[in-house]
Parts: sequence; C-alpha cells; structure tokens
Amino acid sequence: MQTSSLRHLVLAVATVALTACGGGTQQPAATQNASPTIQINGAGATFPYPIYSKWFSEYNTLHPNVRINYQSIGSGGGIRQLLNQTVFFGATDGPMTDEQLKSAPGPILHLPTVLGAVVPVYNVPGITDELKFTGPLLADMYLGRVKKWNDPAIAKLNPGVKLPGTDITIVHRSDGSGTTYIFMDFLSKVSPEFKTTVGVNTSVNWPVGVGGKGNEGVSGLVSQTPGSIGYVELIYALQTKIPFGAVQNPAGEFVKASVDSVTKAAAAAAANMPADFRVSITNAEGAGSYPISSFTWILLYENPTDKAAAKATLDFMHWALTDGEKYAADLGYAPLPDSVVKLEEAALQKIKVS
Amino acid sequence: MRSRDLGFRLSIGAFAAALLLIVTAIGFELARQSWLSIQRFGFDFWRTSTWDPVAGEFGALPFIWGTLYSSILALAIATPVALGIAVFVSELCPPVLRSPLIFLTELLAAIPSIVYGLWGIFVLVPFVRLLETWTPESLRALPLFSGPPLGVGMLAAGLVLAVMVVPFTSSVAREVLKTVPETQREAAYALGATRFEAIRAAMFYARTGIIGAIMLGFGRALGETMAVTMVIGNNPQVSLSLFAPQYTMSAVIANEFTEATDALYLSALVEIGLVLFIITLLVNGLSRGLIWTMARQVSSKVAA
Repeated sequence: MQTSSLRHLVLAVATVALTACGGGTQQPAATQNASPTIQINGAGATFPYPIYSKWFSEYNTLHPNVRINYQSIGSGGGIRQLLNQTVFFGATDGPMTDEQLKSAPGPILHLPTVLGAVVPVYNVPGITDELKFTGPLLADMYLGRVKKWNDPAIAKLNPGVKLPGTDITIVHRSDGSGTTYIFMDFLSKVSPEFKTTVGVNTSVNWPVGVGGKGNEGVSGLVSQTPGSIGYVELIYALQTKIPFGAVQNPAGEFVKASVDSVTKAAAAAAANMPADFRVSITNAEGAGSYPISSFTWILLYENPTDKAAAKATLDFMHWALTDGEKYAADLGYAPLPDSVVKLEEAALQKIKVS
Repeated sequence: MRSRDLGFRLSIGAFAAALLLIVTAIGFELARQSWLSIQRFGFDFWRTSTWDPVAGEFGALPFIWGTLYSSILALAIATPVALGIAVFVSELCPPVLRSPLIFLTELLAAIPSIVYGLWGIFVLVPFVRLLETWTPESLRALPLFSGPPLGVGMLAAGLVLAVMVVPFTSSVAREVLKTVPETQREAAYALGATRFEAIRAAMFYARTGIIGAIMLGFGRALGETMAVTMVIGNNPQVSLSLFAPQYTMSAVIANEFTEATDALYLSALVEIGLVLFIITLLVNGLSRGLIWTMARQVSSKVAA
C-alpha cells in the first residue's frame, strides 16, 4: 500500500516536471503529455541487458508516454525485488524454484523473451583447429578428472589434431551468474556424477579451477593462460574473437553455437513446452540444435495492483514478441521460434489489466 | 557567549554520537540479517572450509585466511617501499623533486580499484606467471611455492594490494615525519650522528605515527574488493602457497550477493560481512593498543 502511494507520488512529480519542461519549450509537447506518462520499473538478469535496453529505448521512441526503467542487478536480485514488490517486473536466466513461487504474494508468470548460448572457449598452445567436445568430456574436465590436453578422451574426438601434453587449467565464473547456471544445468544433465557432486546453481562449489569475474574475466584468463578452458556467453566469444568449440548434441552431431542452432534447440523444446514456460532446453533433442542453450525470462505478476502499468507492459510484451525479436540476432541472441511466441501470446491473456 | 559555546559543544557532540550510532547500527544490522546462518552454523562458520551454495553448506575459513594472508603479504611488500618514499621525500629529496613526487604518490591513491584490477589482469598476472615458470624446481617443492604457474593467485593479489596501499602509508608517514621537531635532528647531528643515524632517530621519535600509517594501509588492504577479486583466482582454499588461487571475504560478497536467492545463502554472505566487520574492529583495536603501549613506554622512560 505504502509503496503504491509512493509510486503515485513519484509519478505525479515526474509528470509535473515533464509537463513543465515540455510546456516551456513548445506547445505541442504539452498537449501530448495529456496522456499520462507511465513509468515501469524492472530489475534482474544482466545476460539479456543489451537487448532489453535496446527494446526499452526503441519502444520509448514509439510510445513516448511509456518509460521502462531496467536495472541489471542479476537474476537473484531481480527475483528478490519482484518478491518484495519493489519492481513491477523481474528478469531471470534460471526459472524460479517452486519454493520461491510459493513465497510470492501472487501467481507469477514466466515469459521467455530471447535465447542465449554458452560456449566452451579454450587456449591450447599450437592449436588453431576448432576442437570438438562432448558433454561428458566437459563434465570430466570440470570435475578435474581429465587433466592433460592430450588425454585419450579428447584425442578420440579430435582425430588429426596434434594435441600437446599441457596441463588443463579450468576457468569458471567467480561471480554468481545465469551463464554458470546454464552451463551447470547442461553438465548435470549429461553427467550423473557431476549432478551429485556439484549440482546446478548460479554459483557452485567448484572442484577445480580458477575464477574470473564476469564474462570479461573468464575470457581474459583464458586468452592469457596457455592450456586453459572456460565458458562464456556466445556474444562474448564472437565479440572478443576467442576460439570456441563445437559440442555434441543428443542426436550425435557436433554443433557450433550460432543464432540458428540455438533457435533450433528452442524449436525442439517447444513441442513439449510446459504451460508455465519453466523449461530447461539444454541438451535438447532434434537435428542441428546446440546443446548449451537457454531461454531468458521476464517475470510478471498475473494480477498486478498497478493496472495502468500492467496494460502498458502487456502492450510492450506484444511488441517485443513480434517487432522486438528482429533486434535479437544483431545483438547475438536467438529470437524465439514462432511456436513459442504463439504459446506466449496466449499466456499473456492471463494477466489481469482491469 | 556561554550559550553559544554550549550549542557548539552539543552539536559537535551529536556528530560524534552519530558516528558511534552508525557503527553500532551497522553491527546490529549485519548480525540481524545473518541470524539464520549464525543459528544454523554457529562457531563452525569460522572454522569450516566448505562453501557449497547448492547443498547449503557454508564455512568462512578460506575467505578469512585469504583476506588476512593477502593483506599481510601486501603489508610486507608495501611497508618498506612506502617508508622509503616517505623518508626520501621528507628528509633527502632535493626541493625540485618534492612536489612532483608527492603529486605522483597521491595520484596512485586516486586511481579507481577497477583500473588496478584491469592492470593486474593484463600486465601483472602475465608477469607473475613468468616469474612462476622461472621458479626453480627445488623451490617449487616448498609449500610456499607449490602448485601450477597460473599467474592469478595470492602473489598477484598481494602485489596489486601493495601498490594500492603504498600511497596511503607513505603519505601519512611523510606527514608524521614532518612533525618531528627540527631540534631532534639537530641534536642528533650535534652528537656526531651520521645522516642515517639522524633519520633513524627521527623515525624512532615518530614511531607511533608510523605504525598508525602502516595500520591504515592494512585496513585498506583488508577491505579492498574489486582489484583483488580480479587477480586472486577466486578459489576458496586454505593454502600457504603464494602461487595458489585463493579468495577473500569482500570478494565473495561482491561476487555472489547479486545472484543469491536462497535465504540461508544470503544470510551466510551477510555473515561474511559480519566476520569482516569484527576482524576489522579487532585489527584496529590491536593497533590502537600497540600505539598506546608504545606511548606509555615513552612516557615512563621520560619519567625515569
């Protein structure tokens, strides 16, 4: 109650300020502000931040009365703030747990927005070829089981590549991150031992390796440390031009991450999409799909108290799912497959705007 | 006149009280928010070394170890350098060089820690790795130098911290040396002291202040976060090796706080903050105590 009245106050002050500014310079601006400015606050994942900020600014030029303010404070922070109702929407890279959903003051919807991929990056002295990995091999490497680059397990997958006897240095994220969550989710699916000894979370108890802060920390460590392997978001590997390997999918193919192969993974998962969209698409079946892919979600209350913001957010979501998806590929994200967009348009009907 | 004096005293007193209140409030809030973890782990939190967010098991020992180790290492490297700079600037330096040197040391203090971190990753870490690969096998057998040459690790963290601590320690030490009365030096010379002996006498005179300067640097090293987390390797383990990747308390808070959703996990991270708070208090208390005993020794000597 208190927060909502505070929000109204802020809104009123903002509107007055805006009207005053507009009115001072030119007349039409003042009349345009007749429809009240709607401010929507969101917080959460850093991974989709580049596309979200692009969306919010594009949408603001189309609809000047809607201002969406997004703080990329991390998935965990986004979920916390949504549960405390200090923001209107949250954003996360890993779906909320049943426990978290139960602790919420009302039902929460998970709405996939775009897809991303995590790629294994490496620095092996003398190797310029693209290396191939399987899930179990990556799991064994991250468990500290495979210690040298010329290990038979690696050599078997990469015939013809002259692998050196260098020690493998494992690099992982030191900060809690959705990237880690996705990678752990994949390794836990393909290796039962990894699942029991390490498990899935945004940060875990690492058996081996050194931690770098952020994607830049991991790629920095990998590019400097001969014999190292790490994992970063696809867009980061593309931008920094650091070599990354192909990973075997359940169909047995070695697939390199790309916008195309990530969308294929999503399409394969769309066939048996659960109603609440809380789905992991790592290790997805289907030809050509990249196995370390994931959705990223926007979180909304089904019955929000601020109806004006709810209406505006709904309009924005419709725009994002149609026109907005066009911006995804340029920024290194994969757009949602049409089948998922259709399911989501139906789910958006659940949000009560009146 | 009287009432104005009273008003002045009251307002100044209020400021001092506010400081006390803020520190108490921080301690109270840290304890309140970490209550879940305190209840669950008790004193084990201080002496176990598993940090497993998936299983919900938390122990702070590797972080406490890493923080103290890296800070003491930084102090050991920085103190001689900082005191050398301070002595040079205040006692030996030709006047033309003095202002540029003071300006440069203060510039070092103004560089944001993230910049130190990046410099650490791209310049210092490769250099440390080279140093580590050159270390002869015979030395590598010692626990102090064991482990693969990764570059990132305790040594890199200690070096970055040392560079960051030097300007603080040397600025304060310089100011302290400035307060040594000229008569002290003149008296030393009059007794036939060499320049070195005169400087030593001046430093002895200023020793409480110099220890204060060193402790200020130590406090800075304890709390430094960003630069350290970028070069220390962030692996929670208790290891004596300078080459091993380790972790510090402030680094784990900065790294994991944003993504911690689970209540116990969050509470354990806040408890790390509480532990850091307590350790900082202890260190400050100890240095105060040290200065106090030294000051008392001097006065008793004078009295005798």
